[in-house]
Amino acid sequence: MDPVKTWLDSWPVFRQLTGPDPLGRGHAARSKKTEGITSRTATADRVVQSVCPYCAVGCGQRVFVKDEQIVQIEGDPDSPISRGRLCPKGSASKQLVTSPSRVTTVKYRRPHGSEWEDLALDEAMEMIADRVLAAREKGWQEFDGDQRVNRTMGLASLGGATLDNEENYLMKKLYSAMGAIQIENQARI
Amino acid sequence: MPGLGATYGRGGATGFQQDLVNADCIVIEGSNMAECHPVGFQWVMEAKARGAKVIHIDPRFTRTSAVADTHVPLRAGTDIAFLGGLISYVLDNELDFRDYVLAYTNASSLVGEDFVDTEDLGGLFSGWDDESKSYDKTSWQFEGAHEPSATGTDEIDPPAPEPGKVDPQPATDPTLQHPRSVYQVMKRHFARYTPQMVADICGIEPEVFLDVARAVTANSNRERTTAWVYSVGWTHHTVGVQYIRTAGILQALLGNMGRPGGGILALRGHASIQGSTDIPTLYNLLPGYLPMPHAGEHATLDEYCKVGDQMVGFWGGTRAYMVSLLKAWFGDAATAENDYCFDLVPKINGDHGSYRQVADMIQGKIPGYFLVGENPAVGHANGKMQRLGLANLDWLVVRDLQMIESATFWKTAPEIETGELVTEDIGTEVFFMPAATHTEKEGTFTNTQRVLQWHRQAIEPPGDARSDLWFYFHLGRILRDRLRDSTDPRDAGLQALTWDYPTHGPLVEPSAEAVLREINGTGPDGKTLGSYTELKDDGTTTAGCWIYTGVYADEVNQSDRRKPGREQNWVAGEWGWAWPANRRTLYNRASADPEGKPWSERKAYVWWDEGAQRWTGHDVPDFEATKPPSYRPEPGAKGPAGISGADAFIMQNDGKAWLYAPSGLADGPLPTHYEPDESPVPNLLYRQQANPGREVIEAAWNRSNPPTSDVYPYAFTTYRLTEHHTAGGMSRTLPYLSELQPEFFVEVSPQLAVERGLENGGWATLVSARTAIEARVLVTERMRPLKLGGGKVVHQIGIPYHWGEQGISTGDSGNDLFGVVMDPNVHIQESKVATCDIQPGRRPRGPALVDFVESYRQRAGVKSGRVPVGGRSPVEETNMTGEGGPQADTTQSAPDHIAEGTS
Repeated sequence: MDPVKTWLDSWPVFRQLTGPDPLGRGHAARSKKTEGITSRTATADRVVQSVCPYCAVGCGQRVFVKDEQIVQIEGDPDSPISRGRLCPKGSASKQLVTSPSRVTTVKYRRPHGSEWEDLALDEAMEMIADRVLAAREKGWQEFDGDQRVNRTMGLASLGGATLDNEENYLMKKLYSAMGAIQIENQARI
Repeated sequence: MPGLGATYGRGGATGFQQDLVNADCIVIEGSNMAECHPVGFQWVMEAKARGAKVIHIDPRFTRTSAVADTHVPLRAGTDIAFLGGLISYVLDNELDFRDYVLAYTNASSLVGEDFVDTEDLGGLFSGWDDESKSYDKTSWQFEGAHEPSATGTDEIDPPAPEPGKVDPQPATDPTLQHPRSVYQVMKRHFARYTPQMVADICGIEPEVFLDVARAVTANSNRERTTAWVYSVGWTHHTVGVQYIRTAGILQALLGNMGRPGGGILALRGHASIQGSTDIPTLYNLLPGYLPMPHAGEHATLDEYCKVGDQMVGFWGGTRAYMVSLLKAWFGDAATAENDYCFDLVPKINGDHGSYRQVADMIQGKIPGYFLVGENPAVGHANGKMQRLGLANLDWLVVRDLQMIESATFWKTAPEIETGELVTEDIGTEVFFMPAATHTEKEGTFTNTQRVLQWHRQAIEPPGDARSDLWFYFHLGRILRDRLRDSTDPRDAGLQALTWDYPTHGPLVEPSAEAVLREINGTGPDGKTLGSYTELKDDGTTTAGCWIYTGVYADEVNQSDRRKPGREQNWVAGEWGWAWPANRRTLYNRASADPEGKPWSERKAYVWWDEGAQRWTGHDVPDFEATKPPSYRPEPGAKGPAGISGADAFIMQNDGKAWLYAPSGLADGPLPTHYEPDESPVPNLLYRQQANPGREVIEAAWNRSNPPTSDVYPYAFTTYRLTEHHTAGGMSRTLPYLSELQPEFFVEVSPQLAVERGLENGGWATLVSARTAIEARVLVTERMRPLKLGGGKVVHQIGIPYHWGEQGISTGDSGNDLFGVVMDPNVHIQESKVATCDIQPGRRPRGPALVDFVESYRQRAGVKSGRVPVGGRSPVEETNMTGEGGPQADTTQSAPDHIAEGTS
């Protein structure tokens, strides 16, 4: 290759004047370093279509995965609702899912305790099941006055509205079957 | 079925965000769409670029106001006065879309002779009972309506479709001149809502009101449509349901419903708020807005269905929807002989809502509590009440991504510092169970426009993090194992439950698609159904949520359809799936005239194709596809057969949009302006100051500021920032967002800053009868003092509510200022307006804070708010709906507008 041409090509103004980018806002202005960089979205192993978990606009997201880690989340241009855009929260959602402050193990505070303790997940599930049955028993009402109610007042539940429909469905179904009625959601708040 | 439900029949946004581009005028009221739904706001801006007029009505000047043609800075809590003024303007000048009104609304129906309006009773309607603090609605009925009878079309807690005693063919006067016609009743009711009165109440100039009135009416006719957009600026009031009702009436009068660029777009604030009411984790509802059975009225399936059985319209299918739900839940165990296991569903008999629960928790009445992606210690009104509730449980399970304030209250609650709670004294056992994010699981969110969108799983969750689907599936599996051999009848529900979802992967994750398929439901052949119209009441069909039937039609996950928007028309019917039946604009039959022709070519949307003998158009018709406009029901016809071919509101017993609602609402057949519970001024319209039916809980931990108090002289409103999300668990824990909005602040006007000596960037202390909090001061002309009638000046303070003591960005919680006082229809708290004082400087610390707040209460004549250590002060008085009385309205408070909230 002609060294003079290579030298001239490294000069942005030359590229701007001679190339297809006369305004100098695209390729002409790009440095060698930039040319050498590959975006995380280009090297991802796969792209998964998702939906933003913040507000209810329902923006489409594209989740980029490499080595089973999420490396980027961007707006999905296919979505007729959002057309590829994301707001500051949606744009920050990679931090939401990769946050180092996420708690990823079960934490347990015993009654009157002053610190968290560790607890195995399976053990926690069994302990919660014990407590659900005891609270259900403690609050059971066959009748309220002369009205047959067949329920427990020993349990309450409050769900956030970032729950999936399928999750809400299992919650309502399970709680109702065990007789719990004090089931609420952010939706009322 | 409050708000939208009572007016039109369904509780959901009536259109979709992209359709805003077709509007000729957009009114955004009770919402800061540009900052809270920024990506959806692109459609408003596109409409504006096409020439639409954009009006923003909101106490604060925001980025929405900045790009609107007009900003109306009305006083918080006065929207009914403003909207009522618009209704009065329309009626006085006969600017309603008369052909539409006559065809599709109940304007011509005659109200019975016993009805007495608020104009004649100082702000109360006829039927008020001061003892029970509720209405007997008998006198609100239409002329000739049936009296309550054994056949069940009575008033007492009917199922979700509350038909009241509305005859499918009530007495009418099509000339609208009869003095008891709805049209004339409304005209009198709103007669005093004049431009001057609106100006005096709202704190605006009459000319500003008239500008809006002219713009809205000029853009609402055959050729043009106006869209209304609202959010929690409307729902969080003691009259929140009636706010939405007022807009509903106006939009029906203007003929904007069911038409492109029209409608009422409810903007929900969370990814699946709409879904959380469609498939409700709400005490008073079953999936699909079926009511939770009520002990007093629903001892058997027949009793449960008796109102639905009598109904005209699609609520006539109540029995089929309910039997199909019971079959989905209890499978082969549900048979005709055992009432399809109806008896296994527990019964409600009062208000069992969230705030009632918390009041009971404080008394130690509820041992166990699950918080699933919710942070009430920060996100709910009266955070102290919430924290005292948490501190008086036996055990608490918190499922979340991050360590939130509601999990750490036992060591970080503000009450620890004041000495009202002591860590070692708190007996609550806490399990923090890490949750999976949206990228680590699959399932559907239902967005603000009723569209279900499937989010696919990208990776496995880390460590012990699990989906909530996993948690509940396995909890149910363990419980069922434990009770497998039980002979106790109370365990029959868990034993009979269909709970055999397939699982997959190393974490033994249940299949969300299998759950969605169950929600959709199946027919006699075991294959998925395509529509709720296929559901039967004989036990041969299943459907976990009848309004979602069709989301798994043809054994295909329709919510996962992702045909790019650019390859479809603007309705984009092949992106995701919308309830009901993939209809994107509700009541779209009304986009055509009674004969089935579009009102105008410009606004053509769905119409009758005479040649093909079916409805066609740009969207799925919200009507029986082959029912001709000429169809008239036989006398006595029930269900869909009772709906005329010329009616558009197919969920209503009379097929009409309800300008006047004789039933379905606890606080009046027409909206009435009441002041907020805590208002700096008296009600200029009526003797009655605030909503008489509002629900209060009187206790030391929930004191109210007296209205018009000099001690708490300023109004405040709360709001969200673009960079934070609700209680902050998903935003204050993120470095980017915490850097963008690092600190709790309040907005005050320059005039208020001078009045109270506040410095921009300095500290301020805000005080209510609940507590005092501190924040940085932002002095800005975005907040402006309002001059009301008589020259009274009201200052308003703006408070973003996202902060708490955990996360990267921390601060006091704005919601701690609020007390809990609620709308009687849906038990939603008034957290968009209350009063407070503001003073320069930081708040007192430790026990001195309690003394400081108490001294304010003493000066204001408010009872003591001191609680003993541990917080167990009793409830002194309450008038929460359903407190044992048969007037309980709880069973049908299907919360259309149960929207997102402070959290």
